[in-house]
Amino acid sequence: MKDTGILAAIPEGPRERLMALGHEMSFPAGTRIFEEGGRADRFWIIHTGGVNLDIHVPGRRAAVVETLGAGRLLGWSWLCPPHQWHLGAEATSPVRAWEFNAAEVLELCERDHELDHALLAYVIEVIGRRLRAARTRLLDLYGPYGSGSPG
Amino acid sequence: MTAVPLPYRVTANRPESADTRTIELQPVAEALPVFAPGQFAMVYAFGVGDIPVSVAGIDGSALTHTIRGVGATSRALCAVRAGTQVGVRGPFGTGWDLPSAAGRDLIIVAGGIGLAPLRPLVREALSAPGTYGRLNVLVGARTPADLLYRSELDGWGHPYCGVTVDRAGPEWTGNVGVVTALLDQAAFDPHDTTAFACGPEVMIRAAARELLHRGVPAQHIRISLERNMHCATGHCGHCQLGPLLLCRDGPVVAYDRAKPLLTVREL
Ligand SMILES: Cc1cc2nc3c(=O)[nH]c(=O)nc-3n(C[C@H](O)[C@H](O)[C@H](O)COP(=O)(O)OP(=O)(O)OC[C@H]3O[C@@H](n4cnc5c(N)ncnc54)[C@H](O)[C@@H]3O)c2cc1C
Repeated sequence: MKDTGILAAIPEGPRERLMALGHEMSFPAGTRIFEEGGRADRFWIIHTGGVNLDIHVPGRRAAVVETLGAGRLLGWSWLCPPHQWHLGAEATSPVRAWEFNAAEVLELCERDHELDHALLAYVIEVIGRRLRAARTRLLDLYGPYGSGSPG
Repeated sequence: MTAVPLPYRVTANRPESADTRTIELQPVAEALPVFAPGQFAMVYAFGVGDIPVSVAGIDGSALTHTIRGVGATSRALCAVRAGTQVGVRGPFGTGWDLPSAAGRDLIIVAGGIGLAPLRPLVREALSAPGTYGRLNVLVGARTPADLLYRSELDGWGHPYCGVTVDRAGPEWTGNVGVVTALLDQAAFDPHDTTAFACGPEVMIRAAARELLHRGVPAQHIRISLERNMHCATGHCGHCQLGPLLLCRDGPVVAYDRAKPLLTVREL
């Protein structure tokens, strides 16, 4: 299948240099991978399994806003201030992922402009995709005319 | 196909969600020709009107329809009681033409009530193991309470049946997000895949864009365009979309034909 994740987005050379910094992790189902407001100093690329992103609701269970699956980037708040997670993340099934230390990656990017450019383009593409998905969900997508006017 | 509706008896009417019901119909005497998955009937609620409704199940001459009550006629049809009669004309439209996808992987993308016309397609594929490649069913709904055919979905998971909702309550343990995100989980070889999509047009466009991006050719993406229609026989022009009369040339159209029409602001 055509890969639409990081492997497709970053050319082979810089990708290998990036992957050399990653190490494999596994999280049992139910693990809280990070919490809203926590320090965003890492990110992951999901290899297998699913992760729910959620928002804390006082006095209630966290509200799940999106599920990420295989091949997806988990976490981008490490890239820009205030370097805090704006959502929480929980493994919904056993997860295997590559974990990256953000400081190490950013340091490599300072020297490796090819990687810097490709990684930034990839993260922006991911953010754009999630923004599009969130905007689409603002519509009553499954209602008549997707909440547009029938004209 | 008949010009006058034939009487059909309602044999069952069960709820699917707060505004959607599934009704089962048996011909009172003469039956209409056999419907193919993706085709639709004009179903007449006596004294109210008739509306196009896809077949959600085909069992010999018996028909199943799943109807979301949005206006006078659809609400009247949601309210029909077992034992009463409705009028039915059909079969109309192009159908999904599943047999032409023999040997290929299948991706079925359904949003909301769009799962209704895809249900007989899934059943047809499941009833012919070995004829098609891998079957992937991707279902999106607004909330868990809006999901159709819940008891059947589990049996569709070979190799993959994913369900996602836009908004979940605490009881929901499944996926949350747009239906296209489920493609990450699907097992298919894009060049050897035929995709079928039905739902709101915004969803259809998003699904087609994502499938194209992953390498599924436009002519192998079939979508059902359920624009409102009136006569269902290609005469009144009510359902015209560019050069297409959707009641006759559709509702199922290949995406290479539909794409230029769907991107026009208003047609
Ligand atoms: C080929 C085809 C197959 C269909 N299959 C099904 C099905 O299996 N189950 C089902 O519930 N519905 C289906 N529909 C939609 C159904 O025909 C309409 O909901 C129905 O015509 C509405 O009529 P009404 O008199 O109840 O409401 P109206 O008073 O005519 O309309 C009520 C509201 O629904 C909107 N509406 C009307 N028609 C449509 C439409 N086609 N799409 C989106 N919004 C619409 C109107 O603009 C209005 O806002 C199908 C439509 C087509 C063209």
